[in-house]
Amino acid sequence: MNNRFFRKFYYGDIPEDNAGGNMEVAKAGNAHAWPLWEVFVRSKQGLDHKHVGSLHAADATMAIENARDVYTRRQEGVSIWVVESKFITASNPDEAGELYEPAADKIYRHPTFYELPDEVGHM
Amino acid sequence: MSIQDLEKIFQDKIDNEIKIEPKDWMPEAYRKTNIRQISQHAHSEVVGMLPEGNWISRAPSLKRKAILIAKVQDEAGHGLYLYSSAETLGSSRDEMIAHLLSGKAKYSSIFNYPTLTWADMGAVGWLVDGAAILNQVMLCRTSYGPYARAMVRICKEESFHQRQGFESLLVLSRGTAEQKAMCQDAINRWWWPSLMMFGPKDSESTNSDQSMKWKIKRKTNDELRQQFVDMIAEQIKVLGMKLPDADLKWNEERKHYDFGEINWDEFWQVVKGNGPCNKQRLAARNKAHDDGEWVREAAIAYAEKKKQPKTQAA
Repeated sequence: MNNRFFRKFYYGDIPEDNAGGNMEVAKAGNAHAWPLWEVFVRSKQGLDHKHVGSLHAADATMAIENARDVYTRRQEGVSIWVVESKFITASNPDEAGELYEPAADKIYRHPTFYELPDEVGHM
Repeated sequence: MSIQDLEKIFQDKIDNEIKIEPKDWMPEAYRKTNIRQISQHAHSEVVGMLPEGNWISRAPSLKRKAILIAKVQDEAGHGLYLYSSAETLGSSRDEMIAHLLSGKAKYSSIFNYPTLTWADMGAVGWLVDGAAILNQVMLCRTSYGPYARAMVRICKEESFHQRQGFESLLVLSRGTAEQKAMCQDAINRWWWPSLMMFGPKDSESTNSDQSMKWKIKRKTNDELRQQFVDMIAEQIKVLGMKLPDADLKWNEERKHYDFGEINWDEFWQVVKGNGPCNKQRLAARNKAHDDGEWVREAAIAYAEKKKQPKTQAA
Protein backbone atom coordinates (compact mmCIF):
# COMPACT_ATOMS: atom_id res chain seq x y z
CA MET A 1 0.00 0.00 0.00
CA ASN A 2 1.30 3.40 -0.78
CA ASN A 3 -0.67 5.18 1.91
CA ARG A 4 1.00 3.42 4.76
CA PHE A 5 2.25 6.73 6.08
CA PHE A 6 0.28 9.91 6.27
CA ARG A 7 3.21 12.08 7.10
CA LYS A 8 4.56 14.49 4.59
CA PHE A 9 8.24 14.29 4.00
CA TYR A 10 10.58 15.39 1.35
CA TYR A 11 13.52 14.06 -0.48
CA GLY A 12 16.38 14.33 1.94
CA ASP A 13 14.06 14.37 4.94
CA ILE A 14 12.93 10.89 5.83
CA PRO A 15 11.22 10.65 9.21
CA GLU A 16 13.28 8.69 11.66
CA ASP A 17 10.43 6.60 12.99
CA ASN A 18 10.38 5.01 9.59
CA ALA A 19 13.99 4.01 9.69
CA GLY A 20 15.29 0.58 8.91
CA GLY A 21 18.27 -0.96 10.61
CA ASN A 22 18.45 -1.09 14.35
CA MET A 23 17.16 1.93 16.15
CA GLU A 24 19.68 1.88 18.93
CA VAL A 25 21.66 5.02 19.16
CA ALA A 26 25.29 4.21 18.98
CA LYS A 27 27.45 5.76 21.64
CA ALA A 28 28.29 9.28 20.63
CA GLY A 29 30.61 11.60 22.43
CA ASN A 30 34.19 10.92 21.67
CA ALA A 31 36.82 12.17 24.07
CA HIS A 32 39.28 12.22 21.22
CA ALA A 33 37.16 14.34 18.90
CA TRP A 34 39.14 16.74 16.77
CA PRO A 35 38.38 20.40 17.45
CA LEU A 36 36.42 22.58 15.05
CA TRP A 37 38.21 25.20 12.93
CA GLU A 38 36.87 28.12 10.91
CA VAL A 39 38.38 28.54 7.47
CA PHE A 40 39.06 31.82 5.65
CA VAL A 41 40.25 31.90 2.06
CA ARG A 42 41.78 34.71 -0.02
CA SER A 43 40.48 34.01 -3.50
CA LYS A 44 43.16 36.08 -5.20
CA GLN A 45 45.90 38.56 -4.41
CA GLY A 46 44.46 41.92 -3.48
CA LEU A 47 41.24 40.60 -1.96
CA ASP A 48 40.33 39.98 1.68
CA HIS A 49 40.24 36.58 3.27
CA LYS A 50 36.63 35.52 3.43
CA HIS A 51 34.96 32.98 5.69
CA VAL A 52 34.16 29.88 3.64
CA GLY A 53 33.18 27.29 6.23
CA SER A 54 34.53 25.05 8.92
CA LEU A 55 36.08 21.64 9.46
CA HIS A 56 37.52 19.38 12.13
CA ALA A 57 41.27 18.80 12.44
CA ALA A 58 43.68 17.63 15.10
CA ASP A 59 45.93 20.69 14.77
CA ALA A 60 46.51 23.83 12.72
CA THR A 61 48.70 22.13 10.12
CA MET A 62 46.07 19.51 9.46
CA ALA A 63 43.37 22.17 9.40
CA ILE A 64 45.24 24.00 6.61
CA GLU A 65 45.77 20.78 4.67
CA ASN A 66 42.14 19.74 5.03
CA ALA A 67 40.98 23.23 4.09
CA ARG A 68 43.12 22.99 0.97
CA ASP A 69 41.39 19.73 0.01
CA VAL A 70 37.91 20.79 0.97
CA TYR A 71 37.69 24.44 0.01
CA THR A 72 40.21 24.98 -2.80
CA ARG A 73 39.81 21.95 -5.07
CA ARG A 74 39.08 24.25 -8.01
CA GLN A 75 41.64 26.96 -7.45
CA GLU A 76 39.32 28.99 -5.24
CA GLY A 77 42.17 30.37 -3.19
CA VAL A 78 45.77 31.55 -2.93
CA SER A 79 45.92 31.82 0.85
CA ILE A 80 44.18 30.15 3.77
CA TRP A 81 43.66 31.19 7.39
CA VAL A 82 42.36 28.80 10.02
CA VAL A 83 41.38 29.56 13.58
CA GLU A 84 39.90 27.29 16.18
CA SER A 85 36.20 28.13 16.41
CA LYS A 86 36.31 28.44 20.20
CA PHE A 87 38.51 31.54 19.87
CA ILE A 88 35.91 33.50 17.92
CA THR A 89 33.75 35.89 19.91
CA ALA A 90 30.55 36.83 18.16
CA SER A 91 28.10 39.64 18.82
CA ASN A 92 24.74 38.60 20.16
CA PRO A 93 21.93 38.90 17.59
CA ASP A 94 19.48 39.65 20.40
CA GLU A 95 21.40 42.85 21.07
CA ALA A 96 21.59 43.87 17.43
CA GLY A 97 19.07 46.64 18.03
CA GLU A 98 21.07 48.53 20.66
CA LEU A 99 24.36 47.69 19.03
CA TYR A 100 23.69 49.16 15.62
CA GLU A 101 20.96 51.68 16.37
CA PRO A 102 23.37 54.61 16.99
CA ALA A 103 24.40 54.56 13.31
CA ALA A 104 20.85 54.72 12.02
CA ASP A 105 20.19 58.46 12.43
CA LYS A 106 23.53 59.82 11.22
CA ILE A 107 22.76 60.26 7.60
CA TYR A 108 25.24 63.16 7.46
CA ARG A 109 27.93 60.49 7.40
CA HIS A 110 26.99 59.69 3.83
CA PRO A 111 28.17 61.81 0.88
CA THR A 112 24.67 61.94 -0.59
CA PHE A 113 23.55 64.05 2.42
CA TYR A 114 25.25 67.11 0.91
CA GLU A 115 23.65 68.87 -2.02
CA LEU A 116 26.14 70.70 -4.19
CA PRO A 117 25.61 72.79 -7.35
CA ASP A 118 26.10 70.91 -10.61
CA GLU A 119 29.02 73.18 -11.57
CA VAL A 120 31.11 71.51 -8.90
CA GLY A 121 31.16 68.39 -11.02
CA HIS A 122 32.14 65.05 -9.63
CA MET A 123 33.23 65.23 -6.00
CA MET B 1 9.47 38.48 25.19
CA SER B 2 6.79 35.81 24.97
CA ILE B 3 7.22 32.75 22.82
CA GLN B 4 4.41 34.00 20.57
CA ASP B 5 6.28 37.25 19.98
CA LEU B 6 9.47 35.38 19.19
CA GLU B 7 7.63 33.09 16.82
CA LYS B 8 6.07 36.05 15.09
CA ILE B 9 9.42 37.79 14.63
CA PHE B 10 10.83 34.52 13.31
CA GLN B 11 8.01 33.98 10.82
CA ASP B 12 8.17 37.61 9.71
CA LYS B 13 11.83 37.16 8.86
CA ILE B 14 11.02 34.06 6.85
CA ASP B 15 8.17 35.79 5.04
CA ASN B 16 10.46 38.69 4.20
CA GLU B 17 13.16 36.37 2.87
CA ILE B 18 15.57 37.21 5.68
CA LYS B 19 17.80 34.21 6.36
CA ILE B 20 17.92 32.62 9.79
CA GLU B 21 21.44 32.45 11.22
CA PRO B 22 22.83 30.07 13.87
CA LYS B 23 22.52 32.33 16.90
CA ASP B 24 19.06 33.66 16.03
CA TRP B 25 16.07 32.51 18.01
CA MET B 26 14.21 29.72 16.22
CA PRO B 27 11.41 27.31 17.12
CA GLU B 28 12.72 24.00 18.41
CA ALA B 29 10.90 22.12 15.65
CA TYR B 30 12.63 24.27 13.03
CA ARG B 31 15.99 23.43 14.54
CA LYS B 32 15.18 19.72 14.70
CA THR B 33 13.79 19.54 11.19
CA ASN B 34 16.87 21.25 9.84
CA ILE B 35 19.25 19.02 11.77
CA ARG B 36 17.43 15.91 10.53
CA GLN B 37 17.27 17.09 6.96
CA ILE B 38 20.80 18.46 6.72
CA SER B 39 22.39 15.46 8.40
CA GLN B 40 20.46 13.05 6.18
CA HIS B 41 21.65 15.05 3.23
CA ALA B 42 25.23 14.82 4.53
CA HIS B 43 24.91 11.06 5.06
CA SER B 44 23.63 10.74 1.49
CA GLU B 45 26.75 12.43 0.17
CA VAL B 46 28.99 10.17 2.23
CA VAL B 47 27.20 6.90 1.43
CA GLY B 48 26.91 8.11 -2.15
CA MET B 49 30.66 7.63 -2.50
CA LEU B 50 30.29 3.86 -2.13
CA PRO B 51 28.45 2.86 -5.35
CA GLU B 52 30.92 4.94 -7.35
CA GLY B 53 33.98 3.90 -5.39
CA ASN B 54 33.14 0.45 -6.68
CA TRP B 55 34.24 1.50 -10.17
CA ILE B 56 37.34 3.60 -9.53
CA SER B 57 39.69 0.66 -9.94
CA ARG B 58 37.74 -0.59 -12.95
CA ALA B 59 37.26 2.60 -14.94
CA PRO B 60 37.90 1.95 -18.65
CA SER B 61 40.55 4.65 -19.05
CA LEU B 62 42.86 6.85 -17.04
CA LYS B 63 40.74 9.87 -17.97
CA ARG B 64 37.54 8.27 -16.67
CA LYS B 65 39.33 7.13 -13.55
CA ALA B 66 40.61 10.63 -12.78
CA ILE B 67 37.11 12.06 -13.34
CA LEU B 68 35.56 9.48 -11.06
CA ILE B 69 38.08 10.09 -8.30
CA ALA B 70 37.44 13.84 -8.53
CA LYS B 71 33.71 13.27 -8.33
CA VAL B 72 33.95 10.96 -5.33
CA GLN B 73 36.23 13.49 -3.62
CA ASP B 74 33.60 16.15 -4.26
CA GLU B 75 30.97 13.99 -2.56
CA ALA B 76 33.18 13.76 0.52
CA GLY B 77 33.53 17.55 0.48
CA HIS B 78 29.77 17.98 0.10
CA GLY B 79 29.21 15.74 3.09
CA LEU B 80 31.58 17.89 5.07
CA TYR B 81 29.95 21.20 4.11
CA LEU B 82 26.64 19.75 5.22
CA TYR B 83 27.84 18.26 8.49
CA SER B 84 29.37 21.64 9.30
CA SER B 85 26.13 23.44 8.68
CA ALA B 86 24.18 20.95 10.84
CA GLU B 87 26.77 21.49 13.57
CA THR B 88 25.86 25.17 13.69
CA LEU B 89 22.46 24.03 15.00
CA GLY B 90 24.01 22.29 17.97
CA SER B 91 24.30 18.74 16.71
CA SER B 92 27.77 17.27 17.18
CA ARG B 93 29.63 15.59 14.34
CA ASP B 94 30.21 12.48 16.44
CA GLU B 95 26.55 12.17 17.20
CA MET B 96 25.55 12.45 13.55
CA ILE B 97 28.15 9.91 12.46
CA ALA B 98 27.06 7.58 15.26
CA HIS B 99 23.47 7.76 14.05
CA LEU B 100 24.54 6.95 10.51
CA LEU B 101 26.67 4.01 11.60
CA SER B 102 24.00 2.52 13.84
CA GLY B 103 21.39 2.70 11.10
CA LYS B 104 19.21 5.14 13.03
CA ALA B 105 19.76 8.01 10.63
CA LYS B 106 18.63 7.71 7.05
CA TYR B 107 20.25 8.62 3.77
CA SER B 108 18.88 8.75 0.26
CA SER B 109 17.59 5.30 -0.69
CA ILE B 110 19.03 5.54 -4.16
CA PHE B 111 22.44 4.55 -2.83
CA ASN B 112 21.09 1.19 -1.75
CA TYR B 113 21.01 0.08 -5.38
CA PRO B 114 24.03 -1.72 -6.83
CA THR B 115 26.24 -0.35 -9.63
CA LEU B 116 26.48 -3.39 -11.87
CA THR B 117 28.22 -2.13 -15.01
CA TRP B 118 30.42 0.76 -16.07
CA ALA B 119 27.41 2.37 -17.73
CA ASP B 120 25.94 2.79 -14.26
CA MET B 121 28.53 5.48 -13.58
CA GLY B 122 27.08 7.48 -16.44
CA ALA B 123 23.49 6.82 -15.39
CA VAL B 124 24.20 7.75 -11.78
CA GLY B 125 25.81 11.04 -12.83
CA TRP B 126 23.08 11.95 -15.28
CA LEU B 127 19.96 10.70 -13.46
CA VAL B 128 20.82 10.50 -9.78
CA ASP B 129 22.90 13.65 -9.65
CA GLY B 130 20.44 15.27 -12.02
CA ALA B 131 17.61 14.58 -9.59
CA ALA B 132 19.72 15.71 -6.64
CA ILE B 133 20.61 18.97 -8.39
CA LEU B 134 16.97 19.98 -8.80
CA ASN B 135 16.50 19.57 -5.08
CA GLN B 136 19.74 21.34 -4.30
CA VAL B 137 19.09 24.29 -6.58
CA MET B 138 15.85 24.82 -4.71
CA LEU B 139 17.71 24.52 -1.40
CA CYS B 140 20.07 27.35 -2.36
CA ARG B 141 17.12 29.51 -1.30
CA THR B 142 16.29 27.62 1.88
CA SER B 143 15.67 29.80 4.94
CA TYR B 144 18.55 28.59 7.13
CA GLY B 145 21.64 30.59 6.14
CA PRO B 146 24.42 28.01 6.65
CA TYR B 147 22.42 25.36 4.78
CA ALA B 148 21.74 27.72 1.87
CA ARG B 149 25.41 28.70 1.65
CA ALA B 150 26.52 25.06 1.66
CA MET B 151 24.04 24.44 -1.16
CA VAL B 152 25.39 27.26 -3.29
CA ARG B 153 28.85 25.77 -3.02
CA ILE B 154 27.58 22.27 -3.76
CA CYS B 155 25.54 23.34 -6.79
CA LYS B 156 28.60 24.96 -8.34
CA GLU B 157 30.42 21.64 -8.16
CA GLU B 158 27.50 19.35 -8.88
CA SER B 159 26.93 20.42 -12.44
CA PHE B 160 30.22 18.79 -13.45
CA HIS B 161 28.86 15.55 -12.00
CA GLN B 162 25.79 15.53 -14.14
CA ARG B 163 27.58 16.61 -17.30
CA GLN B 164 30.32 13.99 -17.00
CA GLY B 165 27.63 11.34 -16.51
CA PHE B 166 25.71 12.37 -19.58
CA GLU B 167 28.86 12.61 -21.65
CA SER B 168 29.95 9.18 -20.54
CA LEU B 169 26.60 7.73 -21.66
CA LEU B 170 26.83 9.68 -24.90
CA VAL B 171 30.09 7.91 -25.72
CA LEU B 172 28.48 4.54 -25.03
CA SER B 173 25.39 5.44 -27.07
CA ARG B 174 27.62 6.03 -30.09
CA GLY B 175 29.63 2.85 -29.56
CA THR B 176 29.23 -0.81 -30.45
CA ALA B 177 25.93 -2.69 -30.22
CA GLU B 178 27.12 -4.10 -26.91
CA GLN B 179 27.94 -0.67 -25.52
CA LYS B 180 24.57 0.68 -26.61
CA ALA B 181 22.83 -2.21 -24.89
CA MET B 182 24.82 -1.54 -21.72
CA CYS B 183 23.80 2.12 -21.84
CA GLN B 184 20.11 1.26 -22.23
CA ASP B 185 20.29 -1.33 -19.47
CA ALA B 186 21.75 1.16 -17.00
CA ILE B 187 19.04 3.69 -17.85
CA ASN B 188 16.37 1.02 -17.39
CA ARG B 189 17.62 0.16 -13.93
CA TRP B 190 18.20 3.71 -12.67
CA TRP B 191 15.16 5.51 -14.04
CA TRP B 192 12.53 4.45 -11.53
CA PRO B 193 14.72 4.65 -8.42
CA SER B 194 15.68 8.18 -9.57
CA LEU B 195 12.01 9.18 -9.68
CA MET B 196 11.59 7.77 -6.18
CA MET B 197 14.31 10.09 -4.91
CA PHE B 198 11.78 12.90 -4.77
CA GLY B 199 9.73 11.07 -2.15
CA PRO B 200 6.02 10.21 -1.89
CA LYS B 201 3.33 11.99 -3.84
CA ASP B 202 2.01 15.25 -2.47
CA SER B 203 -1.51 13.83 -2.33
CA GLU B 204 -0.45 11.34 0.33
CA SER B 205 0.04 14.03 2.86
CA THR B 206 -2.69 15.26 5.14
CA ASN B 207 -0.42 17.25 7.40
CA SER B 208 -0.07 20.96 7.16
CA ASP B 209 3.05 21.81 5.39
CA GLN B 210 5.35 23.29 7.97
CA SER B 211 8.53 22.89 5.92
CA MET B 212 7.04 25.02 3.16
CA LYS B 213 5.78 27.62 5.61
CA TRP B 214 9.25 27.86 7.09
CA LYS B 215 10.74 27.86 3.60
CA ILE B 216 13.07 25.01 4.44
CA LYS B 217 11.63 23.50 1.28
CA ARG B 218 10.27 25.66 -1.50
CA LYS B 219 8.87 23.16 -3.96
CA THR B 220 6.82 20.04 -3.40
CA ASN B 221 7.96 16.51 -4.23
CA ASP B 222 5.66 16.34 -7.24
CA GLU B 223 6.76 19.70 -8.59
CA LEU B 224 10.40 18.67 -8.47
CA ARG B 225 9.66 15.23 -9.91
CA GLN B 226 7.76 16.73 -12.83
CA GLN B 227 10.59 19.14 -13.50
CA PHE B 228 12.97 16.17 -13.57
CA VAL B 229 10.82 14.09 -15.93
CA ASP B 230 10.43 17.03 -18.32
CA MET B 231 14.18 17.59 -18.35
CA ILE B 232 15.21 13.95 -18.80
CA ALA B 233 12.52 13.11 -21.37
CA GLU B 234 14.09 15.70 -23.67
CA GLN B 235 17.73 14.89 -22.93
CA ILE B 236 17.32 11.18 -23.62
CA LYS B 237 16.52 11.98 -27.22
CA VAL B 238 20.10 13.11 -27.65
CA LEU B 239 21.27 9.73 -26.43
CA GLY B 240 18.91 7.92 -28.79
CA MET B 241 17.82 5.74 -25.88
CA LYS B 242 14.40 5.05 -24.32
CA LEU B 243 13.06 5.60 -20.83
CA PRO B 244 11.47 2.40 -19.49
CA ASP B 245 7.97 3.83 -19.15
CA ALA B 246 5.22 3.02 -21.66
CA ASP B 247 3.06 5.81 -20.23
CA LEU B 248 5.60 8.54 -20.78
CA LYS B 249 3.98 11.03 -23.14
CA TRP B 250 3.97 14.78 -23.75
CA ASN B 251 0.73 16.29 -22.54
CA GLU B 252 -0.02 19.31 -24.68
CA GLU B 253 -2.69 20.56 -22.31
CA ARG B 254 -0.52 20.47 -19.20
CA LYS B 255 2.65 21.39 -21.09
CA HIS B 256 4.36 18.62 -19.17
CA TYR B 257 5.22 14.97 -19.69
CA ASP B 258 2.80 12.43 -18.22
CA PHE B 259 4.47 9.40 -16.73
CA GLY B 260 3.58 6.02 -15.24
CA GLU B 261 2.94 4.96 -11.67
CA ILE B 262 5.94 4.51 -9.40
CA ASN B 263 6.28 1.25 -7.48
CA TRP B 264 5.82 2.63 -3.97
CA ASP B 265 6.10 -0.77 -2.36
CA GLU B 266 9.65 -0.97 -3.59
CA PHE B 267 10.29 2.56 -2.36
CA TRP B 268 9.15 1.78 1.18
CA GLN B 269 11.00 -1.52 1.24
CA VAL B 270 14.28 0.21 0.43
CA VAL B 271 13.61 3.02 2.90
CA LYS B 272 12.96 0.44 5.60
CA GLY B 273 16.30 -1.23 5.06
CA ASN B 274 15.36 -4.01 2.66
CA GLY B 275 16.94 -2.66 -0.52
CA PRO B 276 19.55 -4.63 -2.43
CA CYS B 277 22.55 -3.00 -0.73
CA ASN B 278 21.41 -1.45 2.58
CA LYS B 279 23.41 -3.85 4.72
CA GLN B 280 26.45 -3.72 2.49
CA ARG B 281 26.53 0.10 2.55
CA LEU B 282 26.28 0.35 6.32
CA ALA B 283 28.84 -2.39 6.79
CA ALA B 284 31.26 -0.54 4.49
CA ARG B 285 30.79 2.72 6.43
CA ASN B 286 31.28 0.98 9.75
CA LYS B 287 34.40 -0.77 8.54
CA ALA B 288 35.89 2.47 7.23
CA HIS B 289 35.10 4.18 10.52
CA ASP B 290 36.60 1.39 12.62
CA ASP B 291 39.67 1.02 10.44
CA GLY B 292 40.31 4.75 10.75
CA GLU B 293 40.08 4.80 14.52
CA TRP B 294 43.83 4.49 15.11
CA VAL B 295 44.53 7.29 12.62
CA ARG B 296 42.20 9.69 14.43
CA GLU B 297 43.71 8.80 17.77
CA ALA B 298 47.28 9.05 16.54
CA ALA B 299 46.59 12.49 15.06
CA ILE B 300 45.17 13.85 18.29
CA ALA B 301 47.99 12.28 20.33
CA TYR B 302 50.52 13.93 18.03
CA ALA B 303 48.78 17.29 18.30
CA GLU B 304 48.76 17.07 22.08
CA LYS B 305 52.40 16.10 22.20
CA LYS B 306 53.34 19.10 20.06
CA LYS B 307 51.41 21.42 22.37
CA GLN B 308 53.54 20.51 25.38
CA PRO B 309 56.37 22.96 26.02
CA LYS B 310 59.74 21.63 24.99
CA THR B 311 61.88 20.76 28.02
CA GLN B 312 65.37 22.05 27.72
CA ALA B 313 68.16 19.57 28.21
CA ALA B 314 70.63 20.70 30.85
